[in-house]
Amino acid sequence: MTDMSATTPAGLAPSDVTTDAFKARVRKRYRSEALFRAYGAIALGITAIFVISVVTDIVRRGLPAFWTHSLVLDVPVSADAVDPQGTKDPAVIRRADYFTMARDALRATVPGVEGRVPRRKLDGLLSSGAANDLRELLAADPSLIGTTVKTRFLLSDDSDLYLKGSETEIERFPARGIGTPSGATGEITILTSSNDFADDLVRVKRDLAERIEGLKVELRRAERGDAARAERIKAEIAELDARVNQPGVAETLDERLPSLLVAINGGVVKLSRIGNAEASGTVILPLKSTADAGAGAWEVLTYTVPESNRKLGDLEITFLERLKSEGRVEQHFNTIFFTAGDSREAELAGILGALMGSILMLSVTLALCLPIGVLAAVYLEEFAPKNWFTDIIEININNLAAVPSIVFGLLGLAVFLNFFGLPRSAPLVGGLVLALLVLPTIIIASRAALKAVPPSIKEAALGVGASKQQAVFHHVLPLAMPGIMTGTIIGMAHALGETAPLLMIGMLAFIVDVPTGWTSSATALPAQLFIWSDLPEAAFQAKTAAGIMVLLVLLFVMNGAAIWLRRRFERRW
Amino acid sequence: MQTTMERAPAGTSPKAAGVTSTNKVTARGVDVYYGEKHAIKNLSIDVPQNAITAFIGPSGCGKSTFLRCINRMNDTIPICRVTGKIEVDGRDIYDPKIDVVELRARVGMVFQKPNPFPKSIFENIAYGPKIHGLTSSKAELQQLVETSLQRAGLWEEVKDRLADPGTGLSGGQQQRLCIARAIATKPDVILMDEPCSALDPIATAKVEELMVELKRNFTIVIVTHSMAQAQRVSQKTAFFHLGTLVEFGDTTQIFNAPVDKRTQDYIGGRFG
Repeated sequence: MTDMSATTPAGLAPSDVTTDAFKARVRKRYRSEALFRAYGAIALGITAIFVISVVTDIVRRGLPAFWTHSLVLDVPVSADAVDPQGTKDPAVIRRADYFTMARDALRATVPGVEGRVPRRKLDGLLSSGAANDLRELLAADPSLIGTTVKTRFLLSDDSDLYLKGSETEIERFPARGIGTPSGATGEITILTSSNDFADDLVRVKRDLAERIEGLKVELRRAERGDAARAERIKAEIAELDARVNQPGVAETLDERLPSLLVAINGGVVKLSRIGNAEASGTVILPLKSTADAGAGAWEVLTYTVPESNRKLGDLEITFLERLKSEGRVEQHFNTIFFTAGDSREAELAGILGALMGSILMLSVTLALCLPIGVLAAVYLEEFAPKNWFTDIIEININNLAAVPSIVFGLLGLAVFLNFFGLPRSAPLVGGLVLALLVLPTIIIASRAALKAVPPSIKEAALGVGASKQQAVFHHVLPLAMPGIMTGTIIGMAHALGETAPLLMIGMLAFIVDVPTGWTSSATALPAQLFIWSDLPEAAFQAKTAAGIMVLLVLLFVMNGAAIWLRRRFERRW
Repeated sequence: MQTTMERAPAGTSPKAAGVTSTNKVTARGVDVYYGEKHAIKNLSIDVPQNAITAFIGPSGCGKSTFLRCINRMNDTIPICRVTGKIEVDGRDIYDPKIDVVELRARVGMVFQKPNPFPKSIFENIAYGPKIHGLTSSKAELQQLVETSLQRAGLWEEVKDRLADPGTGLSGGQQQRLCIARAIATKPDVILMDEPCSALDPIATAKVEELMVELKRNFTIVIVTHSMAQAQRVSQKTAFFHLGTLVEFGDTTQIFNAPVDKRTQDYIGGRFG
């Protein structure tokens, strides 16, 4: 080799791989390659982190919505209230007032709740649809009338949220001294032989001191503008200051402080004023006796979140805790979420209406898009003459794929609703609009798939005397089918997640009934999620996340179907 | 000749005598343009029946282009334009009245790269007969597939796996499958566009044997870059250069006593 280089012309001499410059070049090449690989790995890693965090966040927030809480109550079903004539006709049975029955059963389970307000709060634990289960049970089996039925009664969304543990914590301190209640109901005072309330009193004073700090900040702001308000705040600070600086002096509790309760002699007292060894308050659940309670036999409860910061008041929480301790509360799978349409009550709202709406809509879209899109692609790719007219069509198809989706919604409103007079909010119209939206995508994907089929296959078919149409439909199209399928499914997934065009044709609406046909009112999954995410109730936030999970699962199923179809088709060839 | 008999029972029977002097394909004053490019200039040739005619010449000389004119495969290229007259069995194939599908059924083609359909071996062969309605029953179709594979010398190798995909065969087997596919439609003429360029010597030898065997029933036109192959298999040889037919004659004459200087140079290996 080296001998040769002496005789060959300079330009053709073999390159010398031993020089430093050459080695440096090689090193640089390896370095840039390693760097590029590192960039790729970093990009992938970042993407994975984002995807994982998004999915875990959604799952964490959505998963609780798949479970719900009910009360298990024994309800005496009297024939008089349900079916006085004894007809055993389900229609008659359904008409009875089951909510009252459920309410009475609940009042019987938590006895001793007196007064209008406490009673209303107790009734409020139940969902307005709590008695639906009982109604269906009796309609299905009239022989239960006249017996005592033990069944589930759905709790309201706030009760459900509390039981899922997101509202407040409860701290329990067993008392050290002997507790003496002054009565069993109404306003009572509890004396203790030891300073059982001293710690709580200190804590209250500390909370008040914190409140002063907050007020001081407010005061500085008020001093700049509102003099009268500043005076008021100053007075309040002075008053609080006096309270804080008198340790051991009894304090009045308000709803901005953590709630203090005493559980004694089988009853619960909500405290309104505490001293070191004496506390007074209102009985929520009546005491069994006014006898002295020994050390450790009674306890002081603290609901750590102040009542004003909670959805559920002290009464409701106390009732629920009582029901829970009696084993009346049951957690179960939230079937309503999958069997009901939308509702204003979070615990009664379900995804089925939106899911059906989406499915109906997508079936219209698919039925229109697949034949039209594929045949258009076949014609344009294989049969159409190449001239200025087909060029314009091609450019327009490509442009249509980039048109904002809201424009298709406007088009649907103008053409399908106003001109053709089709019904509003109908899956049929939604499907038509989405078909317009998806058609360009499918045509472009199908053309690309057709183009990717090797021309030798078509030549072979033509060579044995197949006509152009036979060559295309017997050989080219089947080979392009996996690609066409992938494009179609991507288009469908796009359509599934589309909300903007649906705004225009009235599908972003509160629709309670599950749609049954192409023209019944419906909404779609993403529209439903948008509606829920806008509602103030915390339970709807969980529903939104759960709905996103349903949407994602649907997408996974669709993509899985695409992969499965592709595999199947590829195996045939 | 059996195939001709079936297609046209009357009138064409004299051709069955297998007289090599009869011309199967006749071209007069053919010009082919690819857009502005003048690919074939004023070409006239007579391809004899029941013989192998080889087209040789350097790359880009127009031999494949002309071959593809004979069954109008060039129709698929939009910018391609053909003028002049090409006759098969005395009928002008560029006559607007002629049915191109029927023409291609009579003039089969084997391509440079083996291009079996991505279907089973059986389907590959049966496709042509099916679309032309050559068989009336399933048994007959199976018989035709078997005969075609036998004549292509592939039957023994694939008879146990007719349901396997044709694309799973080796390159040489695939090319013989393509030949069997071309035979199955019972053509008169088989055009072969460099059928052995993608094959190894053993597979090439098999295909060549096959061609010699087939020439008894078919008229074969082959484009080849291998002069040895042209010498081995063909009776007539045409030398193309820059879009013109330079010399056409018996293979022995072209290779042993070429008249034209360009032919001498090409065969002598001085250009190409």
